[in-house]
Amino acid sequence: MATNSAAAGLSLQGVTYRYGPRVALDEVSFEVGGGRFCALLGPNGAGKSTLFALLTGLLAPPPGSVRVAGHDIRTHPTRALACLGVVFQSATLDLDLTVEQNLRYFAALHGLAGREAGLRISAALERLGMAERAREPARALNGGHRRRTEIARALLHGPQVLLLDEPTVGLDAAARAGITAHVHALAREDGLTVLWATHLVDEVAPEDDLIILHQGRVLRQATAAEVAQGASLSEVFLGLTGAEA
Amino acid sequence: MKGPLLALRAIVAREALRFVHQRERFLAALVRPLVWLLVFAAGFRAALGLSITPPYSTYIEYETYIVPGLCGMILLFNGMQSSLSLVYDREMGSMRLLLTAPLPRWWLLLCKLLAGTLVGVLQAYAFLALAWVWGVRLPPLGYLAALPALVAAGLMLGALGLALSSRIRQLENFAGVMNFVIFPMFFLSSALYPLWRMQEAGRVLHTLCALNPFTHAVELVRFALYLQSNPAALLWTTLATLVLLALALRGYDPARGVVRKG
Repeated sequence: MATNSAAAGLSLQGVTYRYGPRVALDEVSFEVGGGRFCALLGPNGAGKSTLFALLTGLLAPPPGSVRVAGHDIRTHPTRALACLGVVFQSATLDLDLTVEQNLRYFAALHGLAGREAGLRISAALERLGMAERAREPARALNGGHRRRTEIARALLHGPQVLLLDEPTVGLDAAARAGITAHVHALAREDGLTVLWATHLVDEVAPEDDLIILHQGRVLRQATAAEVAQGASLSEVFLGLTGAEA
Repeated sequence: MKGPLLALRAIVAREALRFVHQRERFLAALVRPLVWLLVFAAGFRAALGLSITPPYSTYIEYETYIVPGLCGMILLFNGMQSSLSLVYDREMGSMRLLLTAPLPRWWLLLCKLLAGTLVGVLQAYAFLALAWVWGVRLPPLGYLAALPALVAAGLMLGALGLALSSRIRQLENFAGVMNFVIFPMFFLSSALYPLWRMQEAGRVLHTLCALNPFTHAVELVRFALYLQSNPAALLWTTLATLVLLALALRGYDPARGVVRKG
C-alpha cells in the first residue's frame, strides 16, 4: 500500500473505540497515501461509520493516533478538519435552498466568501457536471444529482483528503456508476486522497487500495487486485466476512 | 471578514432564510400570542383585578399587562422551535456538516444561538406591532429600550433549547418537552398574572414562580418596555443563560457523543 506520501493522506495507528462494553473498532491501523483512492469495504456494522465519526471529530479521539494530512485530530482538530472534505451517508443539503446557496453556506463555514467563493463554487459544480443546476432548489434534484452537489460542496475549500461514507446508498445503477467514476477521477487527476466506505464490491477498481473491515478489525489491506488474487473480489470478501460472521 | 465572523453571518442568514421559507411557522408564532391577547385577555380581564405595581404607575388593562409575557411566550416557543430543528438537523445529518467546520465548537453553537435569537426577537417585534394596532400602546421609546431585554431573554430561552436539544436523542421525545418544559415555564411565571397574585394562591406556587428564570426574563422585558431597569431580573436571566449554555456545551462535547451511537 502506498505510504510514500502519508503526510498528505490519512493515517490511523492503534485506534480502539468502545460503546460501553461493545468494541466498535479494535486496534485499527492503516495508512492511505496522498492521491490514492482507498475503498473501505465492510458489511453493515463493521465499524465504518464509527471510523468516519472519529476521523471527522464527531466522536472524541480514542487512544491511538488519527492523522489527517499530517495533522493529529486530537491536538489540532481545526487544522485537520480544514484539510478534510466529507460526504456524509445521510443527506445534508438544505432542500429549501438552491444548490448555490447550499454551497455558499458551506463555503462561509470554511472561511470563504464573495468572489473567491463564487469562483470555487462554479469550478466545483463544473467538475461534477452540475454547473447548469446551480440555481435550482436542492429539492428539485434527483438522488444522484444531490450526491454530486454534496461532493462538489466537499471540494470547495480545496481539501487534501475526501471522505465518503457509503455515498451511493439509495441511488440507481447509472447514478452509482457515474459517482464512482467521478470520485475515482478526482483521485487520479487532482491528486486527492479518497477514503470511500462501501459494502458494495463493484465500486472498487482493481488498482484501488482496499481495506476490508469486519467487526471492528482490519482483515486485509492491499490493492484490490492483490486482495482478490485473480479470484472475484466479491467471493473473497464474502469468504472473509462470512466465515468469521 | 475573518472566518468565525463569516460563519456567524452564514449561520444567521441561513436561519433567517429558513424562517422566511416557513411561513406557517411565522404565522403560528404570531397567532398563538394574538389568541391570548384577543380572546383570553378579554375573558380574564373581568376575573383578574390588577393593582398598581412597578413598572406601572397607573391602572392598566389586562391586555397591557400580558403583552411582555406574550413576548416571552414567543421567545420561549422560538427557543423550543430552534431546539426541535437542531434535533432534526442531527437526525438528518446537517448538524454533522456544521460541527465538522474547522471552527471551535463553542463558537458554532453560539452562532446557532445568536441566529435563533434574532429570529425570535423579530417575531416579538411583529407581535408588538400587531398589539399596537389592537390598541395596546406602550411608551414609544420603550419599544427601543426593550431590544436589549428581548435579546437577553431570547438568548436565555435559546440556550435552554440548545441544552435540551443536546439531551433529546429522538424527535419523538419532543412532545414530552412541551408538557414538562413549556407549559410549566409559562404558567408558573409572571407572564399571565403578577407574582403577588400567586402569593394569594399559595407559598409553594409563589416560590416556584419567583425561581422560574422565565419570570425574570418576562420582568426584564416588562420593565424595559417602560424604560425602567430591573437589575435582579437581569442578573437572574444572565445567570440562567450562562448555566444553560454551559449545559449545552457539555451536551455537545464530542466525548459524550454528538452522533447517535451505532
